[in-house]
Amino acid sequence: MATTEQAPAGFEKYYVPESSSLAVRATIGLLATVFGAGLLLNDMTFGEPGAASMSKWVLIAGLVFFIFTLASWFRTAIRENLQGMNSAQLGHSYVLGMFWFIFSEVMFFAAFFGALFYVRQLAGPWLAGEGEAGRMNDLLWPGFDFTWPPMITPQEAVGGVDSQPIANNGAFLTQDRSMAFADAHHWYQWLPMWNTIILLSSSFTVHVAHTALLKDQRSKFNLWLGITVALGIIFLGLQAAEYYEAYALFGLTLNSGIYGSTFFMLTGFHGFHVAMGMTMLLIQLIRSMKNHHFTATDHFGFEASTWYWHFVDVVWVFLFLFVYIL
Amino acid sequence: MGDHHHGPATGIGRWLFTTNHKDIGTMYLWFSFAMFILGGTFAMIIRAELFQPGMQLVEPGFFNQMTTLHGLVMVFGAIMPSFVGLANWLIPMMIGAPDMALPRMNNWSFWILPPGFLMLASTLFMEGGAPAFGWTFYAPLSTTYAAPSVTFFIFAIHILGVSSIMGSINIIATVMNMRAPGMTYMKMPLFVWTWLITAFLLVAVMPVLAGAVTMMLMDIHFGTSFFSAAGGGDPVLFQHIFWFFGHPEVYIIILPAFGVVSQIIPAFSRKPLFGYASMVYATASIAFLSFIVWAHHMYTVGMPVAGELFFMYATMLIAVPTGVKVFNWITTMWRGALSFETPMLFCIGFLILFTIGGFTGLMLSIAPADFQYHDTYFVVAHFHYVMVAGAVFSMTAAVYYWLPKWSGRMYNETMGKVHFWISFVGFNITFFPQHFVGLAGMPRRIPDYALQFADFNMMSSIGAFIYGASQILFLYNVLATIIAGEKVTDEKVWDGAEGLEWTIPTPAPYHTFEVPPKLDAAHA
Repeated sequence: MATTEQAPAGFEKYYVPESSSLAVRATIGLLATVFGAGLLLNDMTFGEPGAASMSKWVLIAGLVFFIFTLASWFRTAIRENLQGMNSAQLGHSYVLGMFWFIFSEVMFFAAFFGALFYVRQLAGPWLAGEGEAGRMNDLLWPGFDFTWPPMITPQEAVGGVDSQPIANNGAFLTQDRSMAFADAHHWYQWLPMWNTIILLSSSFTVHVAHTALLKDQRSKFNLWLGITVALGIIFLGLQAAEYYEAYALFGLTLNSGIYGSTFFMLTGFHGFHVAMGMTMLLIQLIRSMKNHHFTATDHFGFEASTWYWHFVDVVWVFLFLFVYIL
Repeated sequence: MGDHHHGPATGIGRWLFTTNHKDIGTMYLWFSFAMFILGGTFAMIIRAELFQPGMQLVEPGFFNQMTTLHGLVMVFGAIMPSFVGLANWLIPMMIGAPDMALPRMNNWSFWILPPGFLMLASTLFMEGGAPAFGWTFYAPLSTTYAAPSVTFFIFAIHILGVSSIMGSINIIATVMNMRAPGMTYMKMPLFVWTWLITAFLLVAVMPVLAGAVTMMLMDIHFGTSFFSAAGGGDPVLFQHIFWFFGHPEVYIIILPAFGVVSQIIPAFSRKPLFGYASMVYATASIAFLSFIVWAHHMYTVGMPVAGELFFMYATMLIAVPTGVKVFNWITTMWRGALSFETPMLFCIGFLILFTIGGFTGLMLSIAPADFQYHDTYFVVAHFHYVMVAGAVFSMTAAVYYWLPKWSGRMYNETMGKVHFWISFVGFNITFFPQHFVGLAGMPRRIPDYALQFADFNMMSSIGAFIYGASQILFLYNVLATIIAGEKVTDEKVWDGAEGLEWTIPTPAPYHTFEVPPKLDAAHA
């Protein structure tokens, strides 16, 4: 059926690395990280006061080891590429890998968006007595009315944690003010709007950087990539200010019922992804400035980071729409 | 670098540091077998307790830990990794690739599994015991009422998810990018097709599971209220997210099994697979439908009638592409020159028993009838017919079928056939009676039962011990083959086998297809 004797014309050997200790080192780092995180959380929630101090060192040690291993992994991959070991076919494997990784990230956010839609469209109205499913409202949560953003939790509606007829699993106290657009006279104080402008612009600036790189304009590339990284940092700074505002001024916390839960989880995971994407772009900037990496035709590390950055940007558009505006 | 034609390294370093798809496949297969034995041990404890009515051996709390860990270990530790191992071994050899697309990540995907499961198993020895809320870990059992070990369970799920996602990305990249020239999509062996679609499902739903357990983590430790009505959340939300993952998950388990059967039945029928293209389209249809049927696991939890109807009809639709597959396998055998070596026996066993499991699935899909069947042993019987007689039987068939190619040695055919018949009989004694006790109302996940169920439960337990013991025979047969089996050197170990993996020497050399093969006119 087939013969292995002749190579097809134009065949370039696919580079398969020999044995490598990277995977085992990364495993040790990752497992120490999650094991440490598990110990830390359990000490905090279930343990004696002060018990958490030991377990946090397991977490930190694991995390540091993991980050250093990943750095050395990427360094290895970059070195191999610079030594010309990567064929075009291998490059395409990286493209596919990055694409499907981003797809998996999309599905991770889909879980949280799904939760938001389910609560807003179905579970919330049912809790307030709407429809067939809401017939228990008078029994379980009398007096609870559902609005979005909810300014009262079912628990508060029945008179607090001790009056609820089902299991007590904590106090859920709503915020004084939601993060939605509130005051047209002070629209310029509304941070999410500025963050939207910043993140959308950063997608544009990173595209300008890419265009410059395609024309081999190194300094222009560095400039625009630097601007992108700076915009990312400003975004994170504003988000920190927003969280401070939420906790300190609006009384909006993780304990504020489902609104606080969905708000902080969606924006928090997004912020974490911005931090990741910003770090990725920063590393590309350092590579370009310090080591003069990347040419007009060979710059996948940068390109993959821009894909990630655009993905983070698109997620923000949905967040802005469904968490802040609608 | 250097000389690419040398063999494997020696010592433990070979396995720890390997980037070779065959080594990694072997590790996956042995790891999954170890997990199969561990999960099987939990099952034996369950069946021993249920041997008679009343409480005999274990505390109810421990019984719950056993049902939970049995499910988790079998699904995430035994079945899924076993098919990933098969994919690692076979996909590069079937499509004419030198290795998997991203070999170092491949090694990482494997190596985070054993410590992940170690962490999961270690919960057995923690204060408050292991997770005891069932493998579906419904909130609030898994949040408000869970033992502190749930934190480690959550992180273990994260680790297994990371492993699955990386493994799947690797498989997708390999299939899309590494096919030999001339190996077009519609010429790929069906096993490769089913794995491509499975990998897509995995990348799509494992992150959703990660989201679900992350919400649990936040509810437990940070006071959020995703699954708590008091804060405006909803425990049923957990079920929706879980089953949005969970239903594609069961096809993640069964689709590679379909692929295996589609390779083996033609080989022992000495006929090409009937309806190749329809098999591909049926697989894709099943994958698509898997995303829109999840709430059929939740008929009794409370849903608008329109929802019940939608999920009922969508679920019934799955019978169409699945029926296409079953008829294609039967038609492949029709007027074929059949022979009944062990792999073929397991495939025919698969075909009959999986079809029974499919029919009970159809019964369960009927929402009004499901109110009677829900959470009874009827459901247990149903999913063991598709998980064990479906996935595990086909996996066993795959091991017998490809073991000679992997090891260069032939297994003992008589022992293989004995293994099949003991498995087949033991399996049916275990699970067939569970249909009856289930229809009569025996609830699942309860360590005790009403007296009228005693005879059937004793039968079930005896069958389970028989089936469990037959796996020792399997282990012995495989080990005896690897160590001292009769040597085979034919490239085509089975005269009816088709595909690139049967064109390379036996045993398969450490490196294959470093130069892509040229497919001849008949195949290219």
